[in-house]
Amino acid sequence: MKVTIERANILKALNHVHRVVERRNTIPILGNVLLKAEGADLALKATDLDMEIVDAAPAMVEQAGATTVPALMLYDIVRKLPDGAEISLDTSEGSTMTLQSGRARFSLQMLPDADFPDLNAGDLPISFTIPGPQLKRLIDRTQFAISTEETRYYLNGIFCHVIGEGDGAKLRAVATDGHRLAKAEMDAPAGSAGMPGIIIPRKSVGEIQKLLEDPEAIAQVELSDAKIRLTIGSVVLTSKLIDGTFPDYERVIPAGNDKILTLDKATFKSAVDRVSTVSSDRGRAVKLSLSQDTLALAVNNPDSGSATDEIPADYKAEPLEIGFNSRYLLDIADQLTSDTAEFRLADPGSPTLIHDQDDGDALYVLMPMRV
Amino acid sequence: MTDRKDHFVAGSCLCRDCLGESRTDAGRCPNCGSPRLLAHPELADLAIAHIDCDAFYAAIEKRDDPGLAEKPVIIGGGRRGVVSTACYIARTFGVHSAMPMFKALKACPGAVVVRPNMEKYATVGRQIRTMMRDLTPAVEPLSIDEAFLDLSGTDRLHHAPPARVLAGFAQTVERDVGISISIGLSHNKFLAKIASDLDKPRGFSVIGRAETRSFLAEQPVGLIWGVGKAMRARLARDGITRIGQLQTMAEKTLATRYGSIGLRLSRLSRGEDVRAVIAGQGAKSISSETTFFEDLSAAADLLPILRKLSEKVAARLKDKDLAGNTIVLKLKTASFQTRTRNLKLADPTHLADRIFRTGRDLLEREIDGTRFRLIGIGVTGLTEGWRADPDDLLDPEATKRARAEAAMDAIRARFGRDGVGVGLTFAPGKDDKR
Repeated sequence: MKVTIERANILKALNHVHRVVERRNTIPILGNVLLKAEGADLALKATDLDMEIVDAAPAMVEQAGATTVPALMLYDIVRKLPDGAEISLDTSEGSTMTLQSGRARFSLQMLPDADFPDLNAGDLPISFTIPGPQLKRLIDRTQFAISTEETRYYLNGIFCHVIGEGDGAKLRAVATDGHRLAKAEMDAPAGSAGMPGIIIPRKSVGEIQKLLEDPEAIAQVELSDAKIRLTIGSVVLTSKLIDGTFPDYERVIPAGNDKILTLDKATFKSAVDRVSTVSSDRGRAVKLSLSQDTLALAVNNPDSGSATDEIPADYKAEPLEIGFNSRYLLDIADQLTSDTAEFRLADPGSPTLIHDQDDGDALYVLMPMRV
Repeated sequence: MTDRKDHFVAGSCLCRDCLGESRTDAGRCPNCGSPRLLAHPELADLAIAHIDCDAFYAAIEKRDDPGLAEKPVIIGGGRRGVVSTACYIARTFGVHSAMPMFKALKACPGAVVVRPNMEKYATVGRQIRTMMRDLTPAVEPLSIDEAFLDLSGTDRLHHAPPARVLAGFAQTVERDVGISISIGLSHNKFLAKIASDLDKPRGFSVIGRAETRSFLAEQPVGLIWGVGKAMRARLARDGITRIGQLQTMAEKTLATRYGSIGLRLSRLSRGEDVRAVIAGQGAKSISSETTFFEDLSAAADLLPILRKLSEKVAARLKDKDLAGNTIVLKLKTASFQTRTRNLKLADPTHLADRIFRTGRDLLEREIDGTRFRLIGIGVTGLTEGWRADPDDLLDPEATKRARAEAAMDAIRARFGRDGVGVGLTFAPGKDDKR
């Protein structure tokens, strides 16, 4: 293989693929990126056996061929080369690939491209397209609630499924870790009808989100009940899906909460942040005491001290005291797009519903803490 | 330093009974007539102590049952158990800890065997540790019944040098706790630990800087920590059996020959040990385990035992207001292989229910016909109790079980541990398996 490529082009492709590579690998080739020169392109591919990302960059191919070299090292080298540099890659020296740019010269150990694992996607019968910003919104609204718990592996991703039929059909994304739940939906794209409920793993969700940063992006989605493939521009991401059953989350979303609290989001957020200063790690409960049009916040940390604050709120129901994890409250406040937040409460032991006033298609559920 | 000199005059003796000072060659305290005199030229300058309780478990049992006082007592578990502690009377028959029980009973057929009551021993251990912390904040516990203490700089606080504070402490423990301790006093941890063992029981030994080298020279190499059976054999092959031989060898020679342990050998052989006494952190894990009468392999036999152990661990966590987020299952096979399996939970727990369920999931993967002789369950990743078991949106049943457990705890608080139990541990005959 012998190629010449512009630094900017290979850097852009490496930016897309390098995060797939785990920093610590027991299988050496998983630390490598596959380079394949063909036609007028250099294709780059990285995998962790659960996900692979392929991107192609325009290049001058003098001699077609393929090899694999350490991905993060290649990425670091390219990053450190000057802007506008030309890079040539040459594998004719046997066991190492020569990378040359100006007077800088590197030799990188190669592993055979034939050993590079392929994530065999198989048949992907469902196919549709989504505008990038819409798909990104589903991810942005729900990602924070993904669980990291090993035992309930089926919560380690975002559950996506289609509800309803015809014009009213919605594509819905849900994530929960048992303490909070986030739900967001959009009109189901044409072609998504009949799609199975799928759980996209956390790491893949993060990569998809980064590939969607361009507001003009359009995602071509193909999926089966075991794998998903997204094509966004020149990038193709293929991922395994979590093989598990997502719990019946509808059961968790309370329907009868009739105590309604409406407040200014920014005021609320800064008050929560302020009082939780005394809880050293923000994991402690904030006690919310609701009475006629006022909300009192209190945090008590026996090791360091206590804090209280009071903010105006719109609340007409009977007085209520309820505790929440301060970090979870802040996480949800960050998700809300509106200036006001609406809480629907029942009692101190039952889940609370939080609505986004401007984004009717997003909804959050928060489990209280005992205080 | 001048402070100490005010209290102690070189050449004077400290009486371990009346704590008085005297200059005497008579071998008895002129004040109270006691022969327990302590004399050492460096007595006023040494501040690192190792305190070790004498035959700790046996001493507690003797304290609580005066009928045992004159009898050989062995603390150990059941038919297949091993000796965990033998009292000093039993030791005269050749019984020692870690000896299989049947051998111990052959050597000392008249011995009274007492099943260990770890909760009681832990309570006494904590009581003594609290008393130690009244002497100095630098208390580094090594186990339930021994600790290092650094008494440097406490002279002004106690208006006495460390040696007298320690002699007084031994008396306080005898009076208030009812057991005896042995004290080693020296200028570092390595030597303090050796010293506490020289004069057991009820001992007080001092190793000063001046005699460190000559004292160690005569000792066997096995006295050095880290020198076990294998290292001893290796040294013996090279003709080294006494620490004195190591003293004459160059540090570099030992390092090249034995690696990093060679360096340690060289330094410790000269009595150099720079490790500081570090005030002990609390427990890092809480666990409970049991060895069976007969090897077990079936889940049906193991699960009730696991449940009981889980309840014990949960009770101790709740008692200390702790919770942990990692469950550790330990199994020992009939061929003495240890298997440990652990699982990290999303949130810390102190519930028997959650500990047991997690342990059960781990155990089920190990059930493959293998015969086990021991099972244990523990919790690590300890944190404050208030973090334990937040309610879960997706698992309302867990919340209900948590409430049921709180109700059981309330009943047990009133009527004792057997006041209420779950069906799993109630099966007839199952109770005796432990």
